[in-house]
Amino acid sequence: MTGFAYLIASVLFIMALRGLSSPESARQGNMFGITGMVIAILTALSDPSVVSFSMILVGMLIGGFIGTVVALRIQMTALPQLVAAFHSLVGLAAVFVAGAAFYNPEAYNIGTPGDIYTGSIIEMSLGLIIGAITFSGSVIAFAKLQGMMSGNPITFRLQHPLNGLIAGLIVLTMLMLISGQTPGTFWTLAGLSFLLGFLLIIPIGGADMPVVVSMLNSYSGWAACGIGFTLSNPALIITGALVGSSGAILSYIMCKGMNRSIINVLLGGFGGDTGGASAAASTGNKTAKSGAAADAAFLMKNANKVIIIPGYGMAVAQAQHALREMADVLKAEGVGIAYAIHPVAGRMPGHMNVLLAEANVPYDEVFELDEINHEFSSADVAFVIGANDTTNPVAKTDPSSPIAGMPILEAGKAGTVLFVKRSLSPGYAGVDNPLFYADNAMMLFGDAKKMTEEIVQALA
Amino acid sequence: MDAETLRDMAAELATQAAALFENTEKLANALTKLVEVQSQGGGDQFLGLFTIFVLACFVGFYVVWSVTPALHSPLMAVTNAISSVIIVGALLAAGPSEFDFSKLMGFIAVTLASVNIFGGFIVTQRMLAMFKKKS
Repeated sequence: MTGFAYLIASVLFIMALRGLSSPESARQGNMFGITGMVIAILTALSDPSVVSFSMILVGMLIGGFIGTVVALRIQMTALPQLVAAFHSLVGLAAVFVAGAAFYNPEAYNIGTPGDIYTGSIIEMSLGLIIGAITFSGSVIAFAKLQGMMSGNPITFRLQHPLNGLIAGLIVLTMLMLISGQTPGTFWTLAGLSFLLGFLLIIPIGGADMPVVVSMLNSYSGWAACGIGFTLSNPALIITGALVGSSGAILSYIMCKGMNRSIINVLLGGFGGDTGGASAAASTGNKTAKSGAAADAAFLMKNANKVIIIPGYGMAVAQAQHALREMADVLKAEGVGIAYAIHPVAGRMPGHMNVLLAEANVPYDEVFELDEINHEFSSADVAFVIGANDTTNPVAKTDPSSPIAGMPILEAGKAGTVLFVKRSLSPGYAGVDNPLFYADNAMMLFGDAKKMTEEIVQALA
Repeated sequence: MDAETLRDMAAELATQAAALFENTEKLANALTKLVEVQSQGGGDQFLGLFTIFVLACFVGFYVVWSVTPALHSPLMAVTNAISSVIIVGALLAAGPSEFDFSKLMGFIAVTLASVNIFGGFIVTQRMLAMFKKKS
């Protein structure tokens, strides 16, 4: 009966993910997920060994209250750090469940204290290690995304050998735990894993965080799997495997969006918040055309088709609402509007889509790179707002460039390219964008939100 | 039917019965062994769980590739919420009547996982509610 209930919960979780294949079915999918979770919790509560409910109730009330308040108040721009913070909690919960199982193995039928079955202690150690790495890694990712610590990569000499040494120590401690099973060894293993999680994430630059957050998402799933094996609970194993593969696929998509290998991202040291200054020197003799809001308004009003390319800069300036207003005015003038989203736009997978949806942009006007790239040649205007590297043609022309081979949105093929940007500075990758100096390009210097509002006024 | 044929048939039947008995005995032995192994929580159970794990990875792979890229943020939020099903382990630790270190850790884990469950599902719902079609 118990096994059957967990099976139903697992199937509901699969259906929750399946629902996300389209926005129409997604809300129903989320309901499946909630139902699955309720079934799983009720099943665990009906276990004969669960006899005292007061602490459980207190814990769930405290946790539920905090979670609800945070989830209702969070700004959509702050979504990536929220998700990172949530990942850290899953990781820490895995550590504590492993600890509880270590001190009271009878409750899980896996042996007696100090004499836990070998298979179970191996599974428990894996859950503990992955959970601890997820926790400390996510804390660093959160701090970088929240701006509590610098987004610049922190690198030092012998960093990777040091990480290798700690990884080796972790394996050694795990072997000691399997043979010795003392609490001291258990917590040493936890401590070393916390340290490794911390050291693994600090060399990774702020703008590589989408990959990191996806990867930690994956880790939190594998940690749940490890605990699931320890408790011989198929629901935990299935859910952990779903989450683990989901995070892995998202990391893969993000890496592909930058044409970098996951190893390259994880080794770190790439980019920071400020971008490189080295490229600026080579641009001295070129001049970029600069225009005013009125010029942009005139160009777009007389266009048939305008493609908008939003980047993270738009989100930072909170310009999405002004942007949608601009699109509304243009649509009223009979101009066709589409939005083009690069896979790595924003600070987490799909972030830009959520920000546009929040500003009431209909999702059927928003297109992925593959869907829209062939349409730039027939567009009169490409309106690039807060994006840079994702439109840089150097990715195609210069194989030695740091962004070589990265798929780009071909804004340059549009009749006119309008760049809303504060300055001509290169983007995150530190590469100058020759499109700024192209004959069909015009720079609109200023804050993204202010500039867009001025364009709206000029259109009226 | 003469007596000789009858005798031959009876003999054949006896041989078959003996063979059947032997087979039944072998089956019973095998079943006993299987039950013994399973009650020890040995290799067969691990293999069963590992089978579930591998198949679930494949299901995850195909289901996640079918998620539209526009909904990758809600995907992360909802996977985050469902990975808190780890609360199942925490509840078993927090459930016993006597208070000890294990129960304390169970309590902390219940609290942490609850933040995630409520927070994860609610923020997913908020995001999904924003996705609207052209009116």
